[in-house]
Amino acid sequence: MRETTRQEDLLRGIWRENPVLIQLLGLCPALAVTNSVENALAMGLATFFVLCGSSLLVSTLKKLIPHEVRISTYILIIATFVTVADMTLEAVVPEIHKALGAFIALIVVNCMILGRQEAFASKRPVGRALLDAVGTGVGFIIALLLMGSLRELLGNGSLLGISLFGPSYEPWVVMILPPGGFFALGALILALGWIQQRRAPRSQPQEWPEGVADREAA
Amino acid sequence: MQELFWILLSAMVVNNFTLSLFLGLCPFMGVSSRVETALRMGAANIFVLTITSICAWFLNTFVLAEAPYLRLISFIVVIASLVQIVEMVIKKLSPTLFRQLGIFLPLITTNCAILGLAIFQTNRGYGLLEGLFFAIGAGLGLTLALVLMASIRENSELASVPEVAKGTGLTLIIAGSLSLAFMGFAGLLSAA
Repeated sequence: MRETTRQEDLLRGIWRENPVLIQLLGLCPALAVTNSVENALAMGLATFFVLCGSSLLVSTLKKLIPHEVRISTYILIIATFVTVADMTLEAVVPEIHKALGAFIALIVVNCMILGRQEAFASKRPVGRALLDAVGTGVGFIIALLLMGSLRELLGNGSLLGISLFGPSYEPWVVMILPPGGFFALGALILALGWIQQRRAPRSQPQEWPEGVADREAA
Repeated sequence: MQELFWILLSAMVVNNFTLSLFLGLCPFMGVSSRVETALRMGAANIFVLTITSICAWFLNTFVLAEAPYLRLISFIVVIASLVQIVEMVIKKLSPTLFRQLGIFLPLITTNCAILGLAIFQTNRGYGLLEGLFFAIGAGLGLTLALVLMASIRENSELASVPEVAKGTGLTLIIAGSLSLAFMGFAGLLSAA
């Protein structure tokens, strides 16, 4: 296993190993609740909270968790934080909670969170685990916001509820409907692939850092 | 009876779990490259979903009325353990079936479709029978989506696709088109 610096721990998840756009983890929320920027932001923040909380706890308790039941323990810890996030959202912003519906509860099975616990938090000191969680969480929020703005802009002609193009704009309603989620993510991934291809005309064999292998486990 | 039929049909095509609710995307992306694998995955899904539905009904009726805040935690623990037990039983009773479904069962347990089903069922207040029909409908819907996707991908392997679009990008665009097609079923419920 290659040793990483603190800076790498923090920055890696944000772009180079972005959980959604590069590693394709946590696709369900990324597609389901990104029909507006507001929903995307609420989902991103809730996931961020759960990820940081569970990484912190898993990393603190790593010596106490028996190896055989570690996955179940991680899921229990994650489920606890999700319950907290669910109830907080319901109390503070009931409308958004209603719009997100069951998808808040489904943060539990977001493979990105479990993946970070298994691949990182369970092996590293608390500080490192938190840095990694913050980085990955921010990367997730960025991906969700990208999707959310693209879909709201095209599907509704607005950003955060503020109309941008005036009344003559004919919205692409399909973009805020389910197919739009697939199209938007597909387009983003195609665009990223295209940029990468142009940047590195002769691609060198890439050395995948740890974390990418988790995709198989998901 | 007619209502039960509509629950099944609605879960299967109108609100297809994968194509309109985005649940169970991991297997949809991961194991949809061969029709045969997709079929097995679908069968395993129907199986786990049915068990989940019964579990969720049992928990809701007898346990969780006292402590609703434990819902999420108890769902996931009970479902995961039960699937493990069933897996052991199948391994003992029918090794052939185990070899066909075996590797998929543990993977499915952490799939969002399973927990999603339990939560939707609770939110909509389905009883045991309604829940069962809902689960079977959802499972059939997942299988349908998987098999459709796998057949398209088997064919698209032979197509000349630009290098950059190979892989996930193309799969997502295909999924989008499928989802668009499934939106056509939305009229089915209002017509009824």
